Amino acid sequence: MTAVALTVNGKAVTGDVDPRTLLVQFLRENLRLTGTHVGCDTSQCGACVVHVNGKAVKSCTVFVWQIEGANVATIESLAEPNGPLHPMQEAFREHHGLQCGYCTPGMIMAAIDMVNRKGHELDDPTIRHELEGNLCRCTGYHNIVKAIAAGAKAMKGHVQAPS
Amino acid sequence: MSATGIGAAVRRKEDQRFVTGKGHYTDDVNRPGQCHAYFLRSPHAHARLKGIDSKPAAAMPGVLAVLSGAELAADKIGNLICGWMITSKDGSQMKMAPHPAIAHGKANHVGDPVAVVVAETLPQAKDAAEKVKVDYELLPALSDPAKAQDQGAPQIHEVAPRNTIYQWHLGDAEAVEAAFRIAKHVTKLDFINNRLVPNAIEPRAAIGEYDAGSDNLTLWNTTQNPHVARLVMSAFVGLAPEHKLRVIAPDVGGGFGSKIFIYPEEVVCLWAARKIARPVKCVPERSEAFLTDAHRRDHGTHAEMAFDPDGKVTGLRVKTIANLGAYMSTFSSSVPTYLYGTLLSGQYEIPAIYCEVDAVYTNTVPVDAYRGAGRPEATFVVERLIEVGARQMGMDPADLRKKNFIKAFPHQTPVIMTYDAGDYHASLKKALELADYGGFGKRKRESARHDKLRGIGFSTYIEACGIAPSQAVGSLGCGVGLWESAEVRVNPTGTVEILTGCHQHGQGHETTFAQVVSERLGIPFENVSVVHGDTDKVQFGMGTYGSRSGAVGISAIVKALDKIEAKAKKVAAHMLEAAEGDIVFEDGKFTVAGTDKSAAWGEVALNAYTAHKFTGQELEPGLKEGAFYDPTNFTFPAGCHICEVEVDPQTGESEIVAWTAVDDFGTVVNPMIVEGQVHGGIAQGVGQALLEGAVYDKDGQLVTGSLMDYCLPRAQDLPALKVEMTKTPSPSNPLGIKGCGEAGAIAAPVAVINAITDAIGTEDLSMPATPQAVWWALQKANDRRKAA
Repeated sequence: MTAVALTVNGKAVTGDVDPRTLLVQFLRENLRLTGTHVGCDTSQCGACVVHVNGKAVKSCTVFVWQIEGANVATIESLAEPNGPLHPMQEAFREHHGLQCGYCTPGMIMAAIDMVNRKGHELDDPTIRHELEGNLCRCTGYHNIVKAIAAGAKAMKGHVQAPS
Repeated sequence: MSATGIGAAVRRKEDQRFVTGKGHYTDDVNRPGQCHAYFLRSPHAHARLKGIDSKPAAAMPGVLAVLSGAELAADKIGNLICGWMITSKDGSQMKMAPHPAIAHGKANHVGDPVAVVVAETLPQAKDAAEKVKVDYELLPALSDPAKAQDQGAPQIHEVAPRNTIYQWHLGDAEAVEAAFRIAKHVTKLDFINNRLVPNAIEPRAAIGEYDAGSDNLTLWNTTQNPHVARLVMSAFVGLAPEHKLRVIAPDVGGGFGSKIFIYPEEVVCLWAARKIARPVKCVPERSEAFLTDAHRRDHGTHAEMAFDPDGKVTGLRVKTIANLGAYMSTFSSSVPTYLYGTLLSGQYEIPAIYCEVDAVYTNTVPVDAYRGAGRPEATFVVERLIEVGARQMGMDPADLRKKNFIKAFPHQTPVIMTYDAGDYHASLKKALELADYGGFGKRKRESARHDKLRGIGFSTYIEACGIAPSQAVGSLGCGVGLWESAEVRVNPTGTVEILTGCHQHGQGHETTFAQVVSERLGIPFENVSVVHGDTDKVQFGMGTYGSRSGAVGISAIVKALDKIEAKAKKVAAHMLEAAEGDIVFEDGKFTVAGTDKSAAWGEVALNAYTAHKFTGQELEPGLKEGAFYDPTNFTFPAGCHICEVEVDPQTGESEIVAWTAVDDFGTVVNPMIVEGQVHGGIAQGVGQALLEGAVYDKDGQLVTGSLMDYCLPRAQDLPALKVEMTKTPSPSNPLGIKGCGEAGAIAAPVAVINAITDAIGTEDLSMPATPQAVWWALQKANDRRKAA
């Protein structure tokens, strides 16, 4: 077993894990943060995207011991319970950017990372290109693209809760 | 129309939990004392199981049990079944081979489970599975359905000589022969409808739990139809009587048909849970999903269409070989027969149709329904033939379609269906305008200036939804009725719970069903909640597939609401001291006609429960009504999709540059959700046409066994989509709903192929039209031109 310590959604967490434990398993099974999903096991689908030290990472490709001490943010960190939604969450809801909801947390975390890197004015080709690592089988991406463009604009001036 | 009523683009109730990561999927469920099952699967397509040595595995750390097919048989766990009996043209019944949940004696496809390890943790189960020793005797494998019926082909199941499950036919062979004898022009095509892997992004999952105190079994499961799962596992597999088995389908992450079926993993989790008295969880990985989730399509077809001198279609004949894989999955038999042959009239007046289908076993994953199920295959046949026919006869493909459209309704086709309503000219006309068909020539010339080939392709599709009138499907061999149930429970405070037998896995029922109730009862949308997906809560239901939840599921709710209104009027009559016949219900208020005496919805609901204004002899207290709705006919959504492509002749790469969809879904409850369904359907259809294809090698190995080898559409593969609607309400249900879930997947593949073949000037192109396939088609056409 391996001891790990990191910060998840602003809270210090520790664990004693099988060295094979992936970050996504640690989040889902040890911390019961089940908003991060597993869709493919081959880092193709992006349902498991979280932020590690502020950058989008597919949490099914990282052993949790590899990111010892890191700062991890999951979908659960974006809005306080019963508080307002993060602008990107709100944009997905407003533009019907989700159907079954399974790929959605990964999509939203990838979209926020996209805005962090590419800014608030994102055109259709940029968004489609940037979504290369995220699969959705329900929406045909049409409304996801609309949601991300709108969410990017709405994120102007939005202060992310520290995590 | 109110802000949250029928026709309003209401934002979805369910999204709050999904966008915050609070969805509750099967893999999010963890039960106290839970252990984990891992399946050891055959690496061979066809092999006799000579022996299984599980002792070394059983001795591994954390292992609780290693179970095999022999133990399953010893415990008298029954086989999985196919629930739709198809009768061959010689009168014999389909040849259903035994399908045990764990292979016993012989493995019949790569991925067929041969043993199950149950351990404290999943890594322990996986480690132990490596120690299970299976002695395989390899047998010749059959992966090509075209060779399945050959003399000397490997024989997969004793019950099915020459691997033939049935030889089915539909229509009038003689009338078709007569039509072809005098035809002015005949268009002939051979094509493969490619094999697909559904790939809902949530993998299937199951947890079985046994409570020794009550002797009850519970299954949490990724299913589109929990009651049907319970019925099959009770009545056929024999795991427990129905009243001792509860099936819960929590949030389900996409289905597209693949989660209709009853799978071995679910059976084994329940069986093992009772056997070792611990909850047993199984979550197959994506690579296992490729080897176990039912695949779809996989037709080899020869089709011919006869035309008279005016271009009127006079006959259609179709011969298809349908690959059903190694076992008959739950509804597999119906897809290439009654969901396929019955739609071969398309939107056209075709006097004579004859269709023959041979279904065969192969050593491949079982094949069953996937978005559209039979109807995309039928649409591909009809719409390819009409498009190619137009090109061969030198006619405009839109004009040829118009000439042959059905104009009067109801219309009886020669293949069972009676189309109840539609206006095919209206959807074509609107689509031609939106796509600027008139400007296509100019755009084609513009593309040519930068060395691109531009093409345009049509698909004027039809589908049969609202599945289905129970008596009708019963007469065709279906083992169940296809009605739907609903229960409306009004609480004393006037809030409402709707219990439905439908199940949502992306469709937004919690929103649309609440819209219907909000409008009908005049109560706030927020005051309605929808309960589904639990056999202990909802009495019975047939589930969600075949675009049925609007046309059938909502109709059941409407029927229950009729009863609620009738009962509430009785309560109001007692409260207002008026005759029941004088009570008018409007906008959430009960009024005595011609007076200002009234009672609000909430007051009536409360009085129904306090029961202070009437005696028990006069009226039963309470306000709760249920209904079973059995449709009177199928519904017939139809429309026109136009795809425009640009092909680079140097690379063979096709880019979809414009997509126009005009669909007639009858009454639309929530246009935002309906458009989303169309987008998703088109994406899956484009995936089939351009990217997706499951490939088996000659030894029966699945070459495309992961998302690194099997290409799902990504955002860059699709254009922005122009989606509009026309409306002819269905006369077959109270709200006039037709259904929208599958239209895109039905319409899209043939629109893409018609567009690419238009661009490259040759019809010899199969799906998926990868750059390589298109490039080769161009080279072969050039070679033919040079030779000629």
